Amino acid sequence: MIQLLAFYLFATLVIVSGLATILARNPVHSVLWLILAFFNAAGLMVLVGAEFIAMLLVIVYVGAVAVLFLFVVMMLDIDFATLRAGFVQNAPLGLLIALALVAELLIGTGAVKSGALVLGVADGHAGNAEGLSNTAAIGALLYTRYIFLFEASGVILLVSMIGAIVLTHRKRGDVRTQNISKQVARRPEDATVNLKPVSGQGVEL
Amino acid sequence: MITIGHYVFVSSVLFVLGVLGIFLNRKNIIIILMAIELILLSVNINLVAFSAFLHDLVGQIFAMFVLTVAAGEAAIGLAILVIYFRGRGTIAVDDVNRMKG
Repeated sequence: MIQLLAFYLFATLVIVSGLATILARNPVHSVLWLILAFFNAAGLMVLVGAEFIAMLLVIVYVGAVAVLFLFVVMMLDIDFATLRAGFVQNAPLGLLIALALVAELLIGTGAVKSGALVLGVADGHAGNAEGLSNTAAIGALLYTRYIFLFEASGVILLVSMIGAIVLTHRKRGDVRTQNISKQVARRPEDATVNLKPVSGQGVEL
Repeated sequence: MITIGHYVFVSSVLFVLGVLGIFLNRKNIIIILMAIELILLSVNINLVAFSAFLHDLVGQIFAMFVLTVAAGEAAIGLAILVIYFRGRGTIAVDDVNRMKG
């Protein structure tokens, strides 16, 4: 009972915050609604016993991706009012496409209900092992059977990191930076003089 | 009793909302990227729900890979957005024609 209640709470909130994400006037509010949507989706995942993915969602999406969005929205000086100009003109086409998608989903649901389409049946080779928590079971599967895909996803992250750095890096001409080779090449005999001034006279450099 | 149908309903609603968001905010690429994140989130909910109801962990593993790709996509997309803004001073993307494509 409490589970059902929690499901309806999370489901309602995730849909409402998804709607608010695409409708909010201010993109900062959009990002904050998106964060709420991620939290509630994590709640939905906890309800079915997938707590590892849920926590991953909170850490990766809320902790990294949403903050990245927030950072970019706040860093760029963008006039958002002009960007919203085509909102009303675009609405009919968007609603049409959305209706088409809903119709397709309903047709698919009908096909499943009528038995024309059979959903996949678990083959059982990757089931939840007895007495193992969700995290341990995922680890046991991820580091054995899916190790190469795991490594490949690490390479994807590395490539996207390097790509983002290369894309946004720029050389600025108006700042004074350290010239390390010049510093290292400087020798004491070029930079200092050793004088023995006579007492009572000045030193001319 | 929560069934798989409940989860499929929530994720399909979220998917449609994401697609609708792309069409409603055709100029603002930041909102478009957020709508894409919503779509990927709905796919993840679907994968995890089916994985849990069919007692097959592969769905959750695959959801993790989707998460990885989503993070990389957001980083690259925002980097392109930043350099586009630097060059143009705007992020209106409905008339991007620099490459004459």
